Amino acid sequence: MRLKMTTLALGALLATGPALADLVIPDLSYRTGPYAANGIPFSDGYQDYLTLLNERDGGIGGEKIRLVECETGYNTEKGVECYEATKGENPLVYQPLSTGITYQLIPKATADGIPMHTMGYGRTSAVNGEVFNWVFNYPANYWDAASVAIKYLLDENGGSLDGKKITLIYHNSAYGKEPIRTLEELAKKHGYELGLLPVDPPGQEQKSQWLQIRRDRPDYVIMWGWGVQNQVAIQEAANIRFPMENFIGIWWAGAEPDVLPAGDAANGYKALNMNMPGDYPVFADIRQYVVDAGKAAGDGSNVGNVLYTRGMYAAMLAAEAIKLAQEQTGSATIDAAAMRNAMESLNVTAATMEGWGAPGIGPEFNVSCQDHGGSGMGLIQQWDASAKEWKPLTGFIESDQEVIAPLVSEDAAAFAAENGITPGCL
Amino acid sequence: MLYREAGDFHTSYRQDGQTFPIRFDRYRYYAVLFVAVFVVPFLINDYWANSILLPFLIYAIAAIGLNILVGYCGQVSLGTGGFMAVGAYACYKLMTAMPEVSMFVHVILAGAITALVGVLFGLPSLRIKGFYLAVATLAAQFFLVWLFNRVPWFYNYSASGQINAPERDTFGILITGPNTEAWATYLFCLAFTIASALIARNLTRGAMGRQWMAIRDMDIAAEIIGVSPMRAKLTAFAVSSFFVGISGALFFSVYLGAVEVGEAFGINKSFLVLFMIIIGGLGSIFGSFAGAAFLVVLPVALKVVGSDILGWPTDVVAHLQLLIVGGLIVTFLIAEPHGLAQLWRVAKEKLRLWPFPY
Repeated sequence: MRLKMTTLALGALLATGPALADLVIPDLSYRTGPYAANGIPFSDGYQDYLTLLNERDGGIGGEKIRLVECETGYNTEKGVECYEATKGENPLVYQPLSTGITYQLIPKATADGIPMHTMGYGRTSAVNGEVFNWVFNYPANYWDAASVAIKYLLDENGGSLDGKKITLIYHNSAYGKEPIRTLEELAKKHGYELGLLPVDPPGQEQKSQWLQIRRDRPDYVIMWGWGVQNQVAIQEAANIRFPMENFIGIWWAGAEPDVLPAGDAANGYKALNMNMPGDYPVFADIRQYVVDAGKAAGDGSNVGNVLYTRGMYAAMLAAEAIKLAQEQTGSATIDAAAMRNAMESLNVTAATMEGWGAPGIGPEFNVSCQDHGGSGMGLIQQWDASAKEWKPLTGFIESDQEVIAPLVSEDAAAFAAENGITPGCL
Repeated sequence: MLYREAGDFHTSYRQDGQTFPIRFDRYRYYAVLFVAVFVVPFLINDYWANSILLPFLIYAIAAIGLNILVGYCGQVSLGTGGFMAVGAYACYKLMTAMPEVSMFVHVILAGAITALVGVLFGLPSLRIKGFYLAVATLAAQFFLVWLFNRVPWFYNYSASGQINAPERDTFGILITGPNTEAWATYLFCLAFTIASALIARNLTRGAMGRQWMAIRDMDIAAEIIGVSPMRAKLTAFAVSSFFVGISGALFFSVYLGAVEVGEAFGINKSFLVLFMIIIGGLGSIFGSFAGAAFLVVLPVALKVVGSDILGWPTDVVAHLQLLIVGGLIVTFLIAEPHGLAQLWRVAKEKLRLWPFPY
């Protein structure tokens, strides 16, 4: 009997053979560890949208998408392992959702000729497409985010932040340190006083930082957090009765898993977002074709929440680039180089987003060889604890390019010099 | 059968004292070396190099280093991650300051710098031992990570606080950076691993190793028979940190290429290397290799079987990995507290006596 089962299993294995789909998209996800609460909904959204395209439209341009998932645990060593394990299958684009892993992979992916889309995270100066030919971080980046937050505060204070105290509480890693330069430059320009409080990852321990905040009484607290750090921070802020309206998180610190544990105390907490939260028509399709059909990546409970929407938005941008690459090359099967060219000439308009079933999900933007960063716009949303939903407070706000552009060219030039890159278009 | 000793006569002290006195053992060792040096480089691809062989070789060096301190000299240390960070940052500063110098030199210098730092943090061992020393080295771990996070000079004032390995070569062959060949990085690390194992093996069976072991077994008795505890302990810290520093330098420059100190060299790294030598076998060079292989290869193997072959969800596989590796560690500690090296030793004894056990 056992022998029979083995033969059957082996036969099945051989019959399936290598999967024939040619559009390979790896998903370096993390569903375990201290960052899982935020990693799961993003990965669910990313995968579910691509599954929807397979189920509803038969793939993209008649070619099925094959998802290859690999668990990184937000750990850079495992991220490298995942990259090496998947790069042999002709992947089209990597989306690791981790600044640490992104830093690891930027040189490797560039050498291997595989594009990376680090949407709103990763290395900010990758905006400079002439230095970072294979890296894209549209629609916005960290320095945009820092600037948008300050712009919003300027609006709130009648155009002047003179003499105000703003504290940045951040993940003590490359990710958390990204906005510091920009906030310092903006402090020079607008005259506020910047305080810096690092939290060691993963971030369960931050009592002393909040005691410091209670002592310093800053007017505003900006947070660059991720994973369990966000939940703890919001709970701690509630414990010291810090006014929630004056507490603004980055877009990675503004989702349901971050605020739900604090309950009503989190009411009024604000966060940035790079995409509009809301109920889009595409969710109905996802429920019908993916969740109800039992093909969802997770349990389907995340559909429509902030990070799920953002994961889906990332998948939409990837799918749009694949479609464009198919048009440009005139063939349904494309390779990573064609994908890169398409990403570089991507043009997202209101009509494009309408076509995704997600009108107004993000700002309109186009990508060029020089500018891989998109529009750089972000919005401010606020948590309503009684309704349990995020409500947009503003429309998309433009960032202060006057401050950011010189910082980007400076950092990109330093990277180019360090690595012997001659800037130029491919 | 396999381990036949009949006809294997030694006619000089030299022959009797060699590392592998049994002829079969010696030839097997030469065969392994031959395959590692002359066969593997032609077969490996990026995946094998970056996911399995490089981490195995690099962790093996770290385990050898820690084994000298903990296994041979009995000084419990939880500072491995911090010392690896010293090696990595020293290597980074050297690489950026002197781009034209060969990587071999950088890595060895990074080891030497770590040895100095190790001696510094080894000073408390003259007064305290056991758990108290473990706490002192734990302080080294936290202090060093904090230092590399706090002082921008160490990461050349980069905005993100990360260090990135620029492209460097040795004898004109690229060793670091993204454009390296798998065989080059592998051979580079292999050279360091073989050298470390040889040096460690010969140190531990020489006069210095005997002093370390005397201190480990009973420090007062050792002092009475004329071993200087200060000399023995500080040399153990220096030699151990030297190897750990080399592994840190390789870990950063050849294996990962970019490092964030808190994540890459956190307390978890110290525990990982400590587990390696506990599972592999304290006071054994072979044990360092066995432990490194166990903790590097097993998780990858479980992942390949679980998600690539059986197609289970990745999170289930990740949790199973924790469960299985953790369970095996506990099982090992109960069934064989002396680690894999002791299992291997017992197996060899049995094979030598087979088929006529006592």
